[in-house]
Amino acid sequence: MADGGVTDGPDKNDDVERAKCEGKEMTKEEKQRLRKEKKQQKKSKEKKDDAASQESEKGKKSDGKSSPASQPLPKPTTQKAPSAVPAPAPFPMPASEAPAPADKPAKSKAELKAERRARQEADRASKQGSKKGEVGPQASAGKPKAPPSELQPVVKRLPEHMQVDNPDVLKKLAKKLERQQTPGHNAATKVEIPLRLDYGYKVSLFSHLHQYSRKAPLTQQLSIPSTVIHPAIVRLGLQYSQGIVAGSNARSVALLHAFKQVISDYTTPPNEELSRDLVNKLKPYISFLNQCRPLSASMGNAIKYIKKEISNIPSQCKEEEAKRKLLNCIECYINEKIILAAKAIAKYSIEKISDGDVILVYGCSSLVNHILCEAFEKAIKFHVIVVDSRPRLEGREALRRLVQRGISCTYVLISAVSYILPEVSKVFLGAHALLANGYVMSRVGTSQIALVAKAFNVPVLVCCETYKFCDRVQTDSFVSNELDDPDDLIVTRKGKTQLEDWQQVDSLGLLNLVYDVTPPDFVDLVITDLGMIPCTSVPVVLRVKNVDQ
Amino acid sequence: MELQAVLMAAGGGSRMTDLTFNNPKPMLPVGNKPLVWYPLNLLERVGFEEVIVITTKEVNKMMSTDPKIKDVKIKLDVVCIQEDGDMGTADALRHIHQKIKSDILVVSCDLITDVALHEVVDLFRAHNATVAMLMSKAHEFTEIVPGQKGKKKTAEQRDFVGVDQSSKRLLFMANEADLEDGLSIRKSIMRKHPRMHLKTGLVDAHLYCLKKAVVDFLTENKSISSIRGELVPYLVRKQFSKTTDSHKVKEDAEDQNQKKSDCSTNHEILISSRDEPLLQLSQERSCWNDHHGDMSEAYHGGKLRCYVHIMDQGLCFRANTIPAYMEANRLTPKLFEEPAVHPSAVISDRCQMGSDSIIGALSQVADKTSIKRSTIGNSTTIKEKVKVTNSIIMHGVTIEEGCNIQSSVICSNVVIGRGADLKHCLVGSGQQIDSDAERNNEVIVGTDQLMEI
Repeated sequence: MADGGVTDGPDKNDDVERAKCEGKEMTKEEKQRLRKEKKQQKKSKEKKDDAASQESEKGKKSDGKSSPASQPLPKPTTQKAPSAVPAPAPFPMPASEAPAPADKPAKSKAELKAERRARQEADRASKQGSKKGEVGPQASAGKPKAPPSELQPVVKRLPEHMQVDNPDVLKKLAKKLERQQTPGHNAATKVEIPLRLDYGYKVSLFSHLHQYSRKAPLTQQLSIPSTVIHPAIVRLGLQYSQGIVAGSNARSVALLHAFKQVISDYTTPPNEELSRDLVNKLKPYISFLNQCRPLSASMGNAIKYIKKEISNIPSQCKEEEAKRKLLNCIECYINEKIILAAKAIAKYSIEKISDGDVILVYGCSSLVNHILCEAFEKAIKFHVIVVDSRPRLEGREALRRLVQRGISCTYVLISAVSYILPEVSKVFLGAHALLANGYVMSRVGTSQIALVAKAFNVPVLVCCETYKFCDRVQTDSFVSNELDDPDDLIVTRKGKTQLEDWQQVDSLGLLNLVYDVTPPDFVDLVITDLGMIPCTSVPVVLRVKNVDQ
Repeated sequence: MELQAVLMAAGGGSRMTDLTFNNPKPMLPVGNKPLVWYPLNLLERVGFEEVIVITTKEVNKMMSTDPKIKDVKIKLDVVCIQEDGDMGTADALRHIHQKIKSDILVVSCDLITDVALHEVVDLFRAHNATVAMLMSKAHEFTEIVPGQKGKKKTAEQRDFVGVDQSSKRLLFMANEADLEDGLSIRKSIMRKHPRMHLKTGLVDAHLYCLKKAVVDFLTENKSISSIRGELVPYLVRKQFSKTTDSHKVKEDAEDQNQKKSDCSTNHEILISSRDEPLLQLSQERSCWNDHHGDMSEAYHGGKLRCYVHIMDQGLCFRANTIPAYMEANRLTPKLFEEPAVHPSAVISDRCQMGSDSIIGALSQVADKTSIKRSTIGNSTTIKEKVKVTNSIIMHGVTIEEGCNIQSSVICSNVVIGRGADLKHCLVGSGQQIDSDAERNNEVIVGTDQLMEI
């Protein structure tokens, strides 16, 4: 996990690099703030070293610095060796650490520990005061706030949208939704995104996540000719929440299509700049979509790209030209990252498929289906086994698409995986996102298949476009996941619906997870549009991407 | 803008001519509010800011003077049409097609409902549907229609509505009148939807969400004059028509004889092939399908889709027949929390008023009267010892002493002489009932109205 990189410990560059990699957004504002902080640190070094002032400064710096970085670090650090404890401690405030350890090379570990603890107390104290100021200017998608954890000095930060069981966080989210108003001259027009309420009993392990019901769409609370939110976005949100647009690629494409319509219909209000105003217009739409269904990693990257493109528009640019440029950018993005990437991945994958192969696929991944269809076009003879699982039963759709092309398929449920694996020569899996530590986040059940395949020594190949690579780090499926409607688990067989009154039974909770995380030990190869890489090379790709940008 | 609301208030009330002779249907009082107020209120509650109202000049004049309508905050854009009554609803849409710039929501003026409108509109949005409509389980009206002699007519022309398993997609719609030699269902429907539920007990609420392309189609195709009677069944049929395939249309286009129908099919293609390439790509990549078991993609590749939302709970009916009208008067006061007695009405203390009754503004009710399950209009005078049960009394009526009125509808400006006894009667406007008259199950109208027959 992060331990691998953290053992470098005192290497400041690594810390800063990591912070840059793992921070969700390093917008211009944040970069400026970073520069200011560094200047301040230099000034403080020149002045007399007053421990209290240093602590307070560092407190504010870490406040501003760590809030953009969304690092859902897992909680169980008590089992870690004590040497690991001070090591993750510099994690949240890497930049501020840069001058500090250089000042104290001679102090012992215990003294360092005590100092850090004292600093963190001061952090918390200063944070209580400056919290309100920080909430406003942040971008929408899940800004992390340090929970008032009275636990160890290792500060774990969960994104705000995930602390559903913390009433303060919920209140803040509601306030933020209210405050996301259209800026400019007409301050009276408030873009009020309603708050979607959770439904049903949540299993305690996942009580920090949202659980919505499909029968209570967000549109109930909106006015019908939606003037507040662009109709294309309302339509998209509905399609997300009802599952009509499902699958990482499909969601991203639909999102970009909706943004194209938003941009086409956009007019710059007077005295406003397109580059700043359009970004602000998009924020409430994004939080609306987030409420309909939590954003996927690919959607997050697409949004980041668009926001960057919009803010890079020069101010002299005329509105028509700017819009045209933006629409063009979106087209290029889709073309490059999705369509061409699929072609490249298919080309690489076909090298790995040989005559007589029996390939196992799980669920319905648009990329894997594309690969198999391309391989079939190249007249390679292979057989496919489609593994499916409830409640989504997406494998039926994959089966339909493959059989329509003429590929011979077998269909089993996931409970039969260990029985058919002896016949399988390769496993092809799709991914929802690839995390920075090499873990693969995909539909629930994928890690199971990878595990069983490993036990049978069957190679597991994950196919994933690079735009789905995510800066997040996760080792388990609990910290960050998505809870689907629990009523989907209810099924009627022979006229009887056993789980109909599940809410009345006190000791019963229904859990419908959507994603799970597969460790890199079970994955043999990741096929991306950049080539075939091992799972552990994902951070390299991310670094390369960031350098390019 | 996403949706434009269009309110059809030019109907003549052909199924209750006795009532609508002097009062145009949109202005008939229901629960002391004009009938047209209810759909306007529905639209306003849901968030519409303006609505296009298609009505006649007479109704427009009455609407502009009515205080309840003035209370409505929604902006009314009134379009007046001729009163001759030959204009169907689709003709009216053709008339205003220049004003229509986006998808429309068509509502009829006699719809009284508390439906959650987002259910219908969500179907329209989520599935990119061509038509989305509202239907409700039919409500049996048990009222005895005043003036009807003999037993109640057996169920009038029924509607056969076919829906798929999810009860959302509309597969078949026909009226009994059109099916002379039995109900025939095309094989193409059965191939695509092997399980279909046919329902006859549904009432069409006449609330439609239509795509803008349908309005454009109407402007070309002048033969369609009614939305309910012709347009919707046509679109439902067209869902499964083979000519929606683009290559087929090219072949037909060569055939000169079918030029006219091609114009319509061309527009059908316009309706259907708006799916842009990105949307297509997204649908291809999405792992969702609306049906399982055959080899076709979502929606069977069809671009024209009709959806229906069937309400099974809640209030939804159209006050277009007399029993429906009477039922409406009884149910609507419960919809809104307004005081049963208008503050400006003068009620004497010794009057027995049931909780189901409502009394309009500026009315006067004298002593020893008994009012049960009734609606009393504005500016009505009721003298002593009058018993009013289960009736509807409109505005400006004078009821002298000792009258007994049961299950009747008394229109406006009627004078009922003392001691009259009316049971199951319908008294037209401006009539005068003599004292000590005993009428049972009659329709009392002026002679000029009788001449209509």
